[in-house]
Amino acid sequence: MSQQEREAVHPLTLFLADGNSWINFDVTSFKTLFWDNTFNGLTYGAIYSLIAMGYTLVYGVLRLINFAHSEVFISGAFAVYFTLSYLGFGGAHPSLSPIALVGDLLLAAVAAMVVSGIVAIILERVAYRPLRKRNAPPLVFLITAIGASFAIQYIWYAFRGANAESAVIMFVPHPVFTVFGTNIDDQQITIVAAAILVMVVVDRFINHSRFGRGIRAVAQDPDTATLMGVNKERIIMITFLVGGLLAGAAALFYVMRVPSGVQYNGGFNLGIKAFAAAVLGGIGNIRGAMLGGVLIGLIGDYGQTLLGASTWSDIIAFVALVVILMFRPTGVLGESLGKARV
Amino acid sequence: MSAARFARAVTVVAVLSLALTGCAAKNNATSSGAGSGPTGPVNLPEQTALPVPGDAAKPAGDGKAKCSGVTIAYAGAESGGNAQLGINIYSGIQLAINQHNTANPGCQVAFKKYDTAGDPAQAPGVVTQVVGSKDIIGAVGLPFSGESKATGGIFQTGGLVHITPSATNPSLTTNGWTTFFRALGNDSVQGPAAAKFLTGKLKAKKVCVIQDDSDYGIGLAKETNATLGGSADTACSDKVTTGQKDFSSTVSKVMAAKPDAVFYSGYYAEGAPFDQQLVNKGFTGVFLGPDGTKDIAFVKQAGAASSNAYFVCPCVPGELIPSFAQAYAAANSGAAPGTYSLEGYDAATVLLAGIDSGATDRAALLNYVKTYNADGLSKHFQWNSTGELANTTVYGYKVQNGKIVFVGTV
Amino acid sequence: MTTTAKHVRPVTRESGIRRFRTWWNSLSRPQQWLGMVPVVALVYLLPLWHTMPIFSTEPNKDFPISLFSAAVLVLVALGLNVVVGQAGLLDLGYVGFFAIGTYVTALLTSKDSTLHKLPYLATLPLAMLVTMVAGLLLGTPTLRLRGDYLAIVTLGFGEIVRLLATIVPAVKGQVGLQEVGHPPGTQANGQPIFGPTNGTAWYWLVVTVIIIVLLFIGNLERSRVGRAWVAIREDEDAAQIMGVSTFKFKLWAFAIGAAIGGLSGALQAGQVGFVNNQDFGVQFSVLYLAAVVLGGSGNKVGVMLGAFIVSYLPNRFTFLSGTTVQIGKLALHLQQYLVFGLALIVLMIFRPQGLLGARLRLLANGRQAYQRLVGRPEQLSSDSALTSEQEAV
Repeated sequence: MSQQEREAVHPLTLFLADGNSWINFDVTSFKTLFWDNTFNGLTYGAIYSLIAMGYTLVYGVLRLINFAHSEVFISGAFAVYFTLSYLGFGGAHPSLSPIALVGDLLLAAVAAMVVSGIVAIILERVAYRPLRKRNAPPLVFLITAIGASFAIQYIWYAFRGANAESAVIMFVPHPVFTVFGTNIDDQQITIVAAAILVMVVVDRFINHSRFGRGIRAVAQDPDTATLMGVNKERIIMITFLVGGLLAGAAALFYVMRVPSGVQYNGGFNLGIKAFAAAVLGGIGNIRGAMLGGVLIGLIGDYGQTLLGASTWSDIIAFVALVVILMFRPTGVLGESLGKARV
Repeated sequence: MSAARFARAVTVVAVLSLALTGCAAKNNATSSGAGSGPTGPVNLPEQTALPVPGDAAKPAGDGKAKCSGVTIAYAGAESGGNAQLGINIYSGIQLAINQHNTANPGCQVAFKKYDTAGDPAQAPGVVTQVVGSKDIIGAVGLPFSGESKATGGIFQTGGLVHITPSATNPSLTTNGWTTFFRALGNDSVQGPAAAKFLTGKLKAKKVCVIQDDSDYGIGLAKETNATLGGSADTACSDKVTTGQKDFSSTVSKVMAAKPDAVFYSGYYAEGAPFDQQLVNKGFTGVFLGPDGTKDIAFVKQAGAASSNAYFVCPCVPGELIPSFAQAYAAANSGAAPGTYSLEGYDAATVLLAGIDSGATDRAALLNYVKTYNADGLSKHFQWNSTGELANTTVYGYKVQNGKIVFVGTV
Repeated sequence: MTTTAKHVRPVTRESGIRRFRTWWNSLSRPQQWLGMVPVVALVYLLPLWHTMPIFSTEPNKDFPISLFSAAVLVLVALGLNVVVGQAGLLDLGYVGFFAIGTYVTALLTSKDSTLHKLPYLATLPLAMLVTMVAGLLLGTPTLRLRGDYLAIVTLGFGEIVRLLATIVPAVKGQVGLQEVGHPPGTQANGQPIFGPTNGTAWYWLVVTVIIIVLLFIGNLERSRVGRAWVAIREDEDAAQIMGVSTFKFKLWAFAIGAAIGGLSGALQAGQVGFVNNQDFGVQFSVLYLAAVVLGGSGNKVGVMLGAFIVSYLPNRFTFLSGTTVQIGKLALHLQQYLVFGLALIVLMIFRPQGLLGARLRLLANGRQAYQRLVGRPEQLSSDSALTSEQEAV
């Protein structure tokens, strides 16, 4: 186009295909990579689900969006890194017997859960409890959450610097099955199976144990629950603890999949997507969080293949969130940790 | 459901998943052996010698210089995600200044660092401060192309000469700035060199070009694609974002196209996980990265997968120049020189030589740099009217045993 | 406790600040404006004192430019205050409006864009208009959501705007648009008055804009619209029952807030001279919210104070970045954001209502009415209407 023609370009064409096209509908790739994306989406979806469950639990009980949960997660990831480095894992492919490997992974998982749990409890004690005692308005909790998020991120930065940590490779994925023409590797199976196990355990805990009943009671009506003899402060601590344990498990799976992802700000973007997943499924609803995580993982992967660039993955996830909320404001499965309070 | 049944169900599921993991691990244990991963079809030998010009200018000069109250500034990243490149550079500058000040008791040049975090939005405020400080008569910076673009005009307004040791975007010298000088080749040299390296020495017939969304990545990919022409398979080219860690869909696309080589146009923070995920999915070809990827952090973050990696860089392998490498290690607790340390060192040397020759204000130093014509440790420095060097070479590197080694010029 | 309390004297144990505020409210409006003149003069003169002890951000960051950034954040916080503080709508995606404002200005003035060019000052009202339309577009389907759901949807919107800025080729993602325009005028040495290095001129421009916006918002606050917002904020259902068309007023709040956000974006784009997609993440929305809450949401002066602190603290502590503290064998890399995060936590614990609480003025011409009828200053609540009732009894 000549200079004058370019100067007078109609604004609308800015947003349509412009030579360097931004929407490349790629239906062929979408079809060929469909099952690939499905299994990948399920794997990452499992990780999102575990983190989303943490968000949803705290929201259900306290009506608080715990922005610092992504930092609880990344603290767990650091714990995994340190444990595995200490045990001798590194950039090289490990050659261990299966028992030793499983043992090491379990150890790392326990370390991650413990560290994440501790960070979550400290967070609750230091940042949120004083505000509860002063009856602060909900907005203030949000700001404190953000302050805590910054603080924890930069504490890790102070100790570890800006770069991501060296890779710790747990095991090299090998294809196990071939389904619909796509390979499923053992890493994917491990993550999904273990994540399902953890989710089942937590679901049982919430729905069938004494503490779980306490959590649901406080979520439904804190004052009546206190009158009925539930120790509110202890329940809140347990809620944060369970959220932390879930984040720790998610951290192990994440480092398994992305060995170089341990960085001071590595939790932030993951946290936003996991939070969107929690809302998508119905904030306050545990099963909703599980579903939401899987949905976000799948939609993101399908979207980016269909639309031709990796950047679309996040946009599609948020657009899906906004659209679903507009038609179903309480999320796909609706609020239900204690049957929604208005 | 009773507690016993619950416990049983949990145990069953636990055992099943442990068994699966066990199977997985067993697969791995029997097939992993060497532990150093695939190395691709080509293996270029390491070079250990680099010719250094005999009369290369040294910061110490002749030891008889006289000056007072002059400062050299560094403006660029000291913090943030890609801070390592900035740290390498100012360590090189610091070394040059220390050597100069030790040898010239009559001329003590001060050194001030200003942190922009590599962010083009923060850089103008910081550079305004630099330009506004009257004692600063020369600067080395800024390291990244985006922030250089945002601040070149401010340097121009202040008449402050600045030599960039690493910003490679070609358009930086087309803005009519007379104070901007580049101490290395730009992307319109690096891009074609990368393409030549791929199709020539690395014998790749099909290449997938993956670019990130930074100014640097996009510009370089364009240059490389132009020279690669038909060798670049457009069906497997993809765009990724800075900060991305999960590259599964890009990796799937690349694996479906089965290329001989992948060229990643971007920085190490994303290049490393990308390479690692490629290798995890079974990629056995060559991974080529440009200067933004060439850093020991890449090797650390990609682990064993990085053994398939080659790099092109307009930067000189400073670790092969013994005098420089030893002095750098002594000043930085044994650390080896990093990418662009030598360029920072040489740029500072040019400015110091100007101060030694009697330049006491910005105009004089600017004029000195404009008419400079001498060898440095890394190359011959003589700039044309737009601030580009006359001769530029691109160097090739590869990863070997967890280190980055030189394999010859491209 | 006594039960007389028919004629109420103000609580005897009033703190100094309380007394000051009561006295201030007893002045008539022209008297208040006169009293503000020295304060405004001080604000205008601030950037000329580069080497102010303790407060100056030099030598790490140019002081007038730091003040300019603070002033832009003050403007943003005023806009967000309309949405969050006055109407009570939790908006976590405010940076989206800011981004739209910067891009409108950049696209219409930068040499890198393909649109027809306009003079910079003409793009300011256009930026406000486009952002207002965006606010209406966002608000219409989503303002029926309540509380936290609205927060989440606005968060999604903010992220979508940022990601679109990455993907739409015309706005050039990270490469960005250079040489954004500026108001006309050249200095004696040929440099433009409003160049990227002259923070003082830009700061004065923004402060002038802030004063105009303050007058505008103040008027709104004291009008029917402001009272409707208070009603919606305190109890939306009750307001609806009493006949306030909540949806319309919420949409108004959104649109006005968006317009102010767009305006501040346009001003920032002009000063920096370079726009790219890196500064529009969620953490900025959250920062703006922190500024509003820190200052006291609902209170214009408080919000300005909060915004100033939020912008100023990281700039003041820039000298920390890149420094390393050695403790034995451990090296700690410090960053100003660590101080900032901890400061937020501590401030929220010790002052959750914000620095200055919101004051409710529900009576039109209340000042004159009180003076004439009761002979003393207007009774103002510090947090909400309910609290003041309890105080009175």
